[in-house]
Formats: sequence, structure tokens, C-alpha cells
Amino acid sequence: MVAEAGVKMVEVENLSISYHGRPALTGVSLAVIEHEIFGIIGPANAGKTSFLKAINRMDLFTPSMRVSGEIRFQGRDVRRWRNVYGLRKRVGVVFPLPVGLPLSVYGNVALSPRLTGVKRKADLDIIVERCLKRAALWDEVKDRLDSLGSLLSGGQQQRLTIARALSQEPDLLMLDEFSIAVDPVTTMKIEDVLKELKKELTIILVTNLVQQARRLTDRTAFFLDGACIEIAPTGELFEGHVQDDRTRDYILGRFG
Amino acid sequence: MAPGDSDDAEAEAEAVTTMFAATELDRSNQKRQALFRLLFLMMTVLLILPVAIILAILVERGSSAISLAFLFTNPTQGMTAGGVFPALLGTVILVTMALIFSVPLGVAAAVYLSEYAADNWLTRLINLAIINLAGVPSIVHALFGVGAFVLFFGFGTSILAASLTLAIMSLPVVIVATRESLRAVPQSFREACWNMGATRWQTIRHVVLPNAVSGILTGVILEVSRTAGETAPLMFTGAAFFLPFLPQSVYDQTMALSLHLFVISTQVPGVPDELPFAVALLLIGVVLLMNSVSIAFRVYLRGKKKW
Amino acid sequence: MRSSSSVHGPGRMDELDRRNLDWYVDKAVQILVFAGGISAIVFIIGIFVFIAKEGAGFIFDTLDIKEFFTSPRWRPTSDFNPTYGAFALITGTASVTGMAMLVAIPFSLGAAIYIAEFATGKTRETLKVLVELLAAIPSVVWGFIGLSIMNSLIIQIFDVPVGLNILNAGLILGLMAAPIMTTIAEDALKAVPDRYREAAEAMGATRWQITRRVVLPAARNGLLAAVLLGVGRGFGETMAVLMASGHAIHVPTSIFDSVRALTATIAAELGETAVGSDHYRALFTLGIFLFLVTFVINLTADWIVRGPRRQ
Repeated sequence: MVAEAGVKMVEVENLSISYHGRPALTGVSLAVIEHEIFGIIGPANAGKTSFLKAINRMDLFTPSMRVSGEIRFQGRDVRRWRNVYGLRKRVGVVFPLPVGLPLSVYGNVALSPRLTGVKRKADLDIIVERCLKRAALWDEVKDRLDSLGSLLSGGQQQRLTIARALSQEPDLLMLDEFSIAVDPVTTMKIEDVLKELKKELTIILVTNLVQQARRLTDRTAFFLDGACIEIAPTGELFEGHVQDDRTRDYILGRFG
Repeated sequence: MAPGDSDDAEAEAEAVTTMFAATELDRSNQKRQALFRLLFLMMTVLLILPVAIILAILVERGSSAISLAFLFTNPTQGMTAGGVFPALLGTVILVTMALIFSVPLGVAAAVYLSEYAADNWLTRLINLAIINLAGVPSIVHALFGVGAFVLFFGFGTSILAASLTLAIMSLPVVIVATRESLRAVPQSFREACWNMGATRWQTIRHVVLPNAVSGILTGVILEVSRTAGETAPLMFTGAAFFLPFLPQSVYDQTMALSLHLFVISTQVPGVPDELPFAVALLLIGVVLLMNSVSIAFRVYLRGKKKW
Repeated sequence: MRSSSSVHGPGRMDELDRRNLDWYVDKAVQILVFAGGISAIVFIIGIFVFIAKEGAGFIFDTLDIKEFFTSPRWRPTSDFNPTYGAFALITGTASVTGMAMLVAIPFSLGAAIYIAEFATGKTRETLKVLVELLAAIPSVVWGFIGLSIMNSLIIQIFDVPVGLNILNAGLILGLMAAPIMTTIAEDALKAVPDRYREAAEAMGATRWQITRRVVLPAARNGLLAAVLLGVGRGFGETMAVLMASGHAIHVPTSIFDSVRALTATIAAELGETAVGSDHYRALFTLGIFLFLVTFVINLTADWIVRGPRRQ
């Protein structure tokens, strides 16, 4: 493993996750550095989604999920955060299936600021416009901010999700296979967005599209059957300098 | 086979017709099927027809007595003439107060069941309790009302005791209607909110509940119509027949439309024919109207999809 | 390099990681709704406790179980020797409920089959709405109908002196219980997976054959539950039975006999009793009996629907 240089946004030590006793992740240790795009690739059921859930403590909503090991977010053990909602506010999440809340587009993006106490319409207007612009959605919805977010197209809803995440002013953005249900044009738009966002926040990108990892990420981790097989700078990984043959086999598409 | 060969083509056509022609068995099956279909249709009609007939009879015999005066004036001559205003008012008061007690409690219970409760023995017990509460005979609710509210808590026979009794009767319907409306909201919405750092309550308040309100309303309207028609729970807890004054406080008794119908049709001598029919018509009219509103609302909602 | 959203030192973290109002409100709501949730349990237990409390005196002092269940002599107001034999009342309830089921079961089942298996689209919706409206009619209105319309009808058609009897109350009760039974039965039929029907259809069966041989057996549990709930409804109905079954406390020998049901007895007599008297307590004891019977019926229906195995 390459030693990480720089401030650690997320640090994980010997993380194990199981559901009803069935292991999903065993003994994963890694760190995600500030301002990098950290990729996680691997076949289905490798434990990638569980990993993300443990970081922002969404395991609390799944009674069967058991997490052991240490996870530190911004240097602080996530299990010892006293206000778990504050933790989650700093982490934006984008899911595989686009979710437009049944509020207006404006309401979707204004939700998080409102919950944090922003009341004046003028302030909210600024936030909504800024987040929608950064999510590359503004031009398409600026004339219909009142329309229902849940009735937008899939690609628009996914960008709306990103706008919502940005409205939290998060330090970390986690994307879980965001392009599955989204058209290639939107995928490209979002990839451009991510490249821009890297300057302001840290990104963890879980993807089933190996080439997407190659395009976007600085370092990539390969998960397989609940274990982290290896982590390396993306360039090296895709040039073939792997430590484990399975990594190369997966990247080359020999299994998936 | 050569297409031009007419003999062969004829034989082929005949073979096909014979193959797919209805057999004796097919025909008898079809006939039997049609018969049963008709039978069940008749049964359905016979079930529903009485409503129409009853309504027709009520209208025929009672509509002559119905007028605005009927609704808004007091009964006179020992309840054998005049209007039903105090009874109508009483029903409105009782139903409103029952709602005030049952809706917040019922919605809270449904929110617990839909948003918080885990799949364990306690939840099963609660659901069992709801089913049983719904099945308790109305006269037993009346006995409970007497034992608990009239006597034990000392409210006496009063609007308060009667409304509380009615509220407990209505609870199961409110809970179930609310729970179903909450469940109709997709889980993905909740998860999106939770991931943003919203608390459970914030999620419920801003996203889940607003989208369940219409369903809750439908259930509440239904429950209002049921409560307006109840008699037994009122009889000994707060409703009385002959009250000279309108109620001044929640500790007073009140008249009620349902009880009014019961007494004038069974215990008051010299009542002109149209009067009880008119009261029955009024009661059934109010109830059917509210049900229809609830049903129409439901149909309207189905067309307005929000996701 | 530290940026605006950089990692904070441990001290600063404690400052930022604070439980705010939202956190406390959320916890408070959690407690409130939990209270709401268990209120159902509290009330059902409360109902039993309060009626048992009022009836307890009778049960422990005066009640003779044998007399209660086997003697038809319900004479609580007799000066010399009040007796509390509920047998006539029990047969009154049973006969009226039985008559009601005789009418309701076939018709409800027929209607449920038609609506679930034969009717389509608009027809089905309309029929369901009509059944719902039938269910909405208040029991006192049904009682009044029994008292006025059915009464004269029965006297005319059957040439009997009194029209308030088992037949009257039974028919009315049947019409009252039918909508609920139809709805539950229809749900049970709809719950049978379509692939059963499709498989049978592929073999060339007609709608009726499919219904009879595939759907009905598969829906057996739900249908049984529908019947049970209908019985429970009939058992617990008060006003309609009070007004339409007449007032004679005796064991019936024909459907033209007037009878008195348990529920009607309570409704008719409670107003005349003094709080705490034997009669009063005896009526509460009838209430306890009603509560327990409907409790068992509901429990059984629920158990049947869930399937005898543990879920």
C-alpha cells in the first residue's frame, strides 16, 4: 500500500461489517486524503456500499447491521460523535437510483439550509442557485423551480441529488454507482462537476465502471468478497503495476 | 401440399374447423360458467339493492318533514313536532370533540408504527390490540365509558365522557388509515433525508407527513361519518333525549341525532309518521354524503400522482 | 495545506459536535409517538379492567355459573327472587346471529366472487363503492327500518301477529354484516396470486372452474376469517337488534319468535339500574362475556389469516 500524504478526511482501521451474522466486509483499513477523489471498484456484493454506510452511520437505521473496528471522520471516531446528525450533514451522499424529493426543485435544494436555520428567502435563493449551477442543473430548471423534483427525468433527479448534497456544504461527498440509472450525457456532465468539486471537498467514488475510475480518481481501492485487496494511485493501477493478480483480472474485465 | 388443390384445401379447412370447434364439453362448461356468473351477479345486486330501496322508502315517507326549519328549530310538543336542531348540534359537538381526542393520538400511534417500530413482539402486540379494539361491541364501549369516564374519573354523564368514549371507538380506524398513508410514501425519500443529516422527526415533518395528509383526511372523513351514526356508546355516557336547554359546557349532557331517532321511534307515543322517517333520512343522508365525499376525494387523489 | 473545510483539531471538534434543539426535539417526538403506539394496548386492557371492576361484585358474590349459562330465567328485577339466567339471552343472540349468517354468508361470498373474479374496471369500482356505502348505514337506522318497514312486511307476507322477531333482526343483521364480509372475502380472493389463475387458464379452464377449483381453496383461510369477523359483528351489534328483535326473554322455537339478545339486554336495562346494585353488576358481567367472546373471535380470525405457523 502506498503511504498516504496529507490530511486524512476519513481513516478506517480493521473495519468489519456483518448483516445478521453474515460478513459483508472484513478487516478493511485505509485512509482517504483531503481533496482527492478516492475510487472504490469491485464486483457486486464486495462490500462497497456497506463501507459507505458505515462512514456516515447509516448503519443505525439498519438493525441487522453490525459494525466493528474504527472509523474516524475528520479525526474523530464516528461512534463517538454526540450529534450524529451533525456528522451526516458534513457528508453528502448520492445513491445509485436518483431521488427527487416530492418537493419543488427549489424546496429540494433549500431543504438542508432550512433545517440548519437559514430562513430569509434572499439567502435561500442564493444557495439554491449556486448549488444548482454547480450541479450543472441550473439552466434546465431555472424557469421552473416550482415544479416537483420527483417528476424530473432520471438524469435531472441525479443532478438534483448532487445539488441537495452540495447545499449541505459537506466536507465529503460519497457517490455510490451514480451513473447506473442515468444517461451517458448526464454521466459526462456529472463527471465534469466532480472534477471541479475536487478543489473544495473530498470525494469517495464507488463505481462499477472501471473506466470511470480511471478517468476521475486519484487513488483507487479494489474490493473483492468483503476485503480490500489493494489500494494504489490510479495511474499505476491501470498501467498494470498491481500487487495482486485479481486486481489486474478485474480491471481487464476477466471477471465482473 | 399444393395450394391449388381444391379438394385438399377443403379437407384441410374442415380439419381445422373440427379441431377448434367447441366440443360438447366446452359448450356445457361455457353454459355452466355463464350461469354461475349470472348467479353471482344477482347475489351482488341483491346485496346492494336494499340500500336503494331503503333510501327510496325513507325519501318517500320522510322528505315531507325535512326543511331548513326542521334542521334549525327545536322540537316542540313533547318531541312530537318541530325540528331537530339540538340533536343535530349535539351530534356535531360530540363528533368534533371525539376527533379532537382521537386524531392526534391516532396519528401519533400510526407514526410510531410506520416510522419507528421494529418488527418485534411489542409491535405485534400493538397491532393485535388495534384489531381487538376495533372489534369491541359498541355497548361494551358504552359500559367502559360509564365505568371509566362517568364514574371513575368523575366526569358524570357529560359531553366529555361521551366524546372520550367515542374517541376510543374511533382510534383503530384513524390509526389504520394513517398508517397506510404513511406506508405509501417510498422509503427512498426517507433515506435521502436521513443521509442529509435530517432527524427522523424532520424527515417526517417535511417530507413524509405532508404527503400522507390526504390519505389521513380520507380516513378521518370516513370515521366522522361512522361516529355520527353511533348510538350505544352515547346512551349512558352523555347523551339524553329530552333536554330543555342547549349544553353550556363539556360537563353538560347533550342530545344527539342517533339517540333522537331511537327514542322517537320506540318510546314516544303519538309521533306522526313522517317524523322518525325524516330523522332517519337526515341521518342516513349525512352519513352517505360524507362517505361519498371521502370516496370522491380518494378517486381524485389517485389521479394526482406526486411521484 | 489547510482549506476552508479542513480537518479540525480535537478541541474544536467538541465545540462543533453539539447536541442541538433538533436533536432533543427528535428524542421527544420519539417518546411521544411511542406513547401513542402503546395507547392501543393501554385502552384494550383498560376496557377490560373497567368493565371487570364494575362486574366483579356480581361475579364473586351472586353469580351462579350454572344458572348463568343454563337457566333461561333472566329476572333481575323480581322482588322476591331475582334470577340471572342468561341462557335465553344467549340463545337470542345466537339465533339472530345464526339467521344473519344464513343470509349474509352466501350473498357476501357470491358478491365477493363476482367482484373479485368476474367484474372488471368501472363495474368493479362502482360495485366496491356501493358495498362501501352499504356498510356506512348506521345501526340505529337499520333498527328503525326493522321496526317500521320490515315489521309491516313480515306481518303481511307471513301472516304473523308480530313482526319484531328473529327473522326481522336476522335479515337486518345480515345486511349489516354482509359488506364487511364481502370486503374481507374479496381481499382474500385478490390475495391469491395471479399465476395460479394463469396456470389454470392455460389448461383451458373457464373462469368459474378456475374460481371453484383453484382460487377458493387457496383463499380458504381468508374466507374463513371473513365469516368469523361477520359472526363477531353480529354478536356485538346492539341497536339494530334492540329495535328489531322484539322484547321477549325466552328460548325461541321458531324464527317468528321475538327474542332478546345480550347486547340489547344491556342497552335496555342499564338505564333502570342503580349504580352498584346486583342488576347493574350483572349487566356488566354480560359485558365481560361479550368482550371475551368477541376477543376470542378476533384473535382466531387474526390467527387464521396469519396461518397457524409463526411468522
